[in-house]
Amino acid sequence: MLRITCPYCGERDYVEFGYGGDAENTMPELSDTDIGRWADYVFFRNDPKGEHAEFWHHQHGCRQWLRVVRNTVTHEVISVRPASETDAPTQGKQVEVA
Amino acid sequence: MTHYSAFSLFKEALRGNKGWSRAWRDAEPKPAYDVVIIGGGGHGLATAYYLAKEHGITNVAVVEKGYIGGGNTGRNTTIVRSNYMIDGNTSFYEHSMKLWEGMSRDLNFNVMYSPRGQINLCHSPAQMDAAMRRGNIMRMNGIDAELLSREAVMKRVPILDYSANARFPIHGGLLQERAGTARHDAVAWGYARGASARGVDIIQGCEVTGYQWDRGRIVGVETTRGPIKAKKVAMAVAGHTSHMAKMAGLRLPIETHVLQAFVTEAIKPVIDCVVSFGAVHFYISQSDKGGLVLGGDLDGHNSYGQRGDLPIVEENMAAAKALVPLVSRLQLVRHWAGVMDMSMDGSPIMCKSPVEGLYINGGWCYGGFKATPASGWCYAHTIATERPHALNARFTLDRFHRGYQIDEKGMGPTPWAH
Repeated sequence: MLRITCPYCGERDYVEFGYGGDAENTMPELSDTDIGRWADYVFFRNDPKGEHAEFWHHQHGCRQWLRVVRNTVTHEVISVRPASETDAPTQGKQVEVA
Repeated sequence: MTHYSAFSLFKEALRGNKGWSRAWRDAEPKPAYDVVIIGGGGHGLATAYYLAKEHGITNVAVVEKGYIGGGNTGRNTTIVRSNYMIDGNTSFYEHSMKLWEGMSRDLNFNVMYSPRGQINLCHSPAQMDAAMRRGNIMRMNGIDAELLSREAVMKRVPILDYSANARFPIHGGLLQERAGTARHDAVAWGYARGASARGVDIIQGCEVTGYQWDRGRIVGVETTRGPIKAKKVAMAVAGHTSHMAKMAGLRLPIETHVLQAFVTEAIKPVIDCVVSFGAVHFYISQSDKGGLVLGGDLDGHNSYGQRGDLPIVEENMAAAKALVPLVSRLQLVRHWAGVMDMSMDGSPIMCKSPVEGLYINGGWCYGGFKATPASGWCYAHTIATERPHALNARFTLDRFHRGYQIDEKGMGPTPWAH
């Protein structure tokens, strides 16, 4: 069982978490009208074989978004930090409209 | 190569089976080829076969890091069907179905194609309406489809839960009679044998570690068995397409995810078709050996590890129990996992890549096995003529920038939900 150590709740089975995907994919500014940059953001991924930074949502726990670095071959969890300490997950990100 | 027939079988029986030759040559790499195909799975081998058969290109190597058919070709649930309804998918998968129907004869190799029928179950009146729409679109495209009532499903598949307690009552289903199963290993071996007989080199234990470049163009591959020059390099490595593309500096609309499948102990025949649960993602069929073959959802997070985790085992068994109560008395004897190219719209990518000399065939999501023959057939056409065939013309990489996604499930760019 993949287990993630939540900085607030401790070590838990991954079934308590919702997967939020790639954490290194940055959203363009809402005022950005370049279709290429938006398509890259929405559809294209680095998809590394090895260390992958990704968002997990502790939805059956503290409900905090976490930024997890995990190896996609061995599934070893390398680091877990609150997402708020880095970039917030894109789903909840406040973006100012220019 | 021995031609397989009743006569050759009889002749060898009399000679103590001492005259059979190898089905295909285990070749050593040559310094250069016209085409190098990366990946000796069903798709790569089929591509080599059709390059030789349809286009007369025989100076071809298929390089495989492990052994042929040892990747996703050997890690699926062997289902073939063509019940798609979005333009781009419909005729492509139907072409694949037609190739499945003639494959054993074409390859002179029994791929055990078994048109046992496949039923997508419906659990509400709304799902019946959607199934009727799908069935009508299929029939308008010349594909067989039949809407079954609840009674017809009960007659065809008596082992499902039709009781008043069923969690998702069965209202009916959409049947494709020509759909069914095929023997996955035989598909790899049959294509390998056909390609090898036409002069294709199949090179096992040969991992591609990088590309050879000349002025921005790919002109060969670096492998663990030395460099190989090639006029064209074609990847057929679904499950590792992102990884191989990255070596060429490309970023793709793909995430790699792990998918599990399961086989129970063998029991007497109880189900003679393939059934898909319409309420949760789950499907079931019975192998010729008698084991029930089950599969369902992805594990749900990026993974290149060809093994799965236990929560999905539980989820699949819960679905199995809800649909087919008798499975609660059975033991699982095997389960396995393969890694999928989950594309952002759930449909494949097959085209020339933005890098000269490199061709991409990937993004097959869960659907790679059934696509094997048409994938090879269309990919061979794309490589040989430098243009896509009409059947794969929509499977381009630039469709994501142009807004022409082929999203059969309407799920959007959340690849682990397709």
